[in-house]
Amino acid sequence: MTQSTVTQAPVTEAHPPVAATDPRLRWVLLAAGLVAALALPWFVYPPVAMDIVAMALFAIALDILLGYTGLLSFGHAAFWGSSAYVTGLIATHYGVPFPVAVIGGALFAMVLALPAGYLSVRRSGIYFAMVTLAFAQMVYFVGYRWSDLTGGENGLQGVPRQFFGIDLVETDSFYFYYAALPILLLGMWAAWRIVHSPFGRVLVSIRDNSQRARALGYEVDRYKVVAFVLSAGLTGLAGGVFAINHGFVALTELHWSTSGEVVLMTVLGGIGTLWGGILGAFLAVMLADYLASSGFDGIDLVTGSVFVLVVLLFRRGLWGTVRHQWLVWQQRRRSRRASASADPTRREP
Amino acid sequence: MNALLQYAVQGLAAGSFYALAALGLAIIFGVLGVVNFAHGAFYMLGAVTAAVLLDTLNLTLWWSLLVVPVLMFAFGVVVERLFVQWLLRLDALYNFLLTFGLTLVLVELVKQKYGVSGLPYKPPKALQGRVDLAGVVLPRYQLFVFLFSVAICVLVWLVMTQTRVGMIVRASTEKPELARALGINVGRWVTPVFGFGVAIAGLAGVLAAPFRAITADMGNNFAIILFAVVVIGGLGSIVGAVVAGFLVGLVEAFGQAYAPTFAQILIFVLMALVILVRPAGLFGRKEATA
Repeated sequence: MTQSTVTQAPVTEAHPPVAATDPRLRWVLLAAGLVAALALPWFVYPPVAMDIVAMALFAIALDILLGYTGLLSFGHAAFWGSSAYVTGLIATHYGVPFPVAVIGGALFAMVLALPAGYLSVRRSGIYFAMVTLAFAQMVYFVGYRWSDLTGGENGLQGVPRQFFGIDLVETDSFYFYYAALPILLLGMWAAWRIVHSPFGRVLVSIRDNSQRARALGYEVDRYKVVAFVLSAGLTGLAGGVFAINHGFVALTELHWSTSGEVVLMTVLGGIGTLWGGILGAFLAVMLADYLASSGFDGIDLVTGSVFVLVVLLFRRGLWGTVRHQWLVWQQRRRSRRASASADPTRREP
Repeated sequence: MNALLQYAVQGLAAGSFYALAALGLAIIFGVLGVVNFAHGAFYMLGAVTAAVLLDTLNLTLWWSLLVVPVLMFAFGVVVERLFVQWLLRLDALYNFLLTFGLTLVLVELVKQKYGVSGLPYKPPKALQGRVDLAGVVLPRYQLFVFLFSVAICVLVWLVMTQTRVGMIVRASTEKPELARALGINVGRWVTPVFGFGVAIAGLAGVLAAPFRAITADMGNNFAIILFAVVVIGGLGSIVGAVVAGFLVGLVEAFGQAYAPTFAQILIFVLMALVILVRPAGLFGRKEATA
């Protein structure tokens, strides 16, 4: 019975081929994305803008596993939150510039991900989700109990924002955004490189048919662990920036609801698209901000309903749907052109 | 010695909730291939329903043990028909995410209606206090919980092994293709099995009502420990789920007694050890290496 669920080829809707985007289109998208990232704090309250970009990297990091390796991690809060705490502690106790603290947090997340990943990849399919969830809950309890270090339920307070000698205080959020943006963009670029590298291709082959990948001589489990650790590292970068942005780390960052939230962002944007994570994060953070400011206290009601609706009706996600339509349109155009020229020697690249 | 026995009974009582709920989870997974994230929420709903029934209709625990599973069965059928059934043909992760979304909604609804402070619940007079068994004094209610859930497990086991329905469910759990090839309509059992799994989670909730704080959040951590339980027991195995449920209850109770800081963490350490030594779980068969 497990056989059928485990070995079945993943559903095509959720696992589209890694589309070879038209290079011109790619540059246009990148330029548009960069402009949007630079312009964001002019239109959105800067700390919220920072949250959006940090969450976007978080969702992208998760997508490396979910979309490109076929592994649903339901425990990424462990890496997000632990990096947030470690970043906060480094920044508080050592007075280093915040990028150094963030890198420290990300490294810690990677170290934590090594045993977690090693254990989790021993189970595949839906088991993987359960094991990562349980593992993250363990990290949550450690954070909860070790209150001398983490502040327990009160959280870690008063995390400074020091940037190479400049103390960015509360009112400098606008400048902090631009100081921290390169870290997150670098993380996104790294994710893009990972996915489009030969290594990323192997991940996709594992996702689509792990037995075949194994038969071709790839050490499937090792690839999965490396993907897990890389994903955790990028998650850590995002979590660290998030901690510095708020000057405060709450226990919620380690909670399973955070893991669920980032899965929602990824699924809402579109699994296996990277860009979708950005879109999902933007919508989720803006919605949460709007609901919070309008005094509505049942945000889980909205989050949960969106979850149910997206999974039932909209599994491709926003970006996934757009891309799918675009590909369908292009295919039609091509076949029309091919039949018009009627040249049998001509081949599509 | 006395203390040890007390911890053991406490652990077995706590384990009863895990065992019953994990039993439902394992059967649902077996027949539907669905890992039901909302199982913790159903457990919580069972407890809340019992508390509401006591408060409004003055129905005692005895009645709740009868009425709540029936209500939860109906609720489970509705959930399966409305939501779960549409995703059964897809990768298991979709129903996992769907039931996660449902959990958020259910928990939030209960929170909005009944607040965050716990609802009160008192067990019937007959189950209060302690009993003296040859010099060992044990809480009556914990003993009752343990015996009652063992009885339910035995009952389920008898149904599973001795009746035609049970055989069909087992066949659908263990070899669905073969069951289909033999002309068994596996699909027909999907809805009642989901309802049954939800009912038994609700039953665990009723039993937990006098024992735990009845809040909207009571099922959250419970659900995650439940996942650890079925990973330890082997998700495909019904016996494994029950045994691992009691085992985890014992680990929790002794952990709380001797190392309260680490009690919750111990369960997950146990899970990690099982994955390391026996990846398929204590009673699970080896899954396809995917």
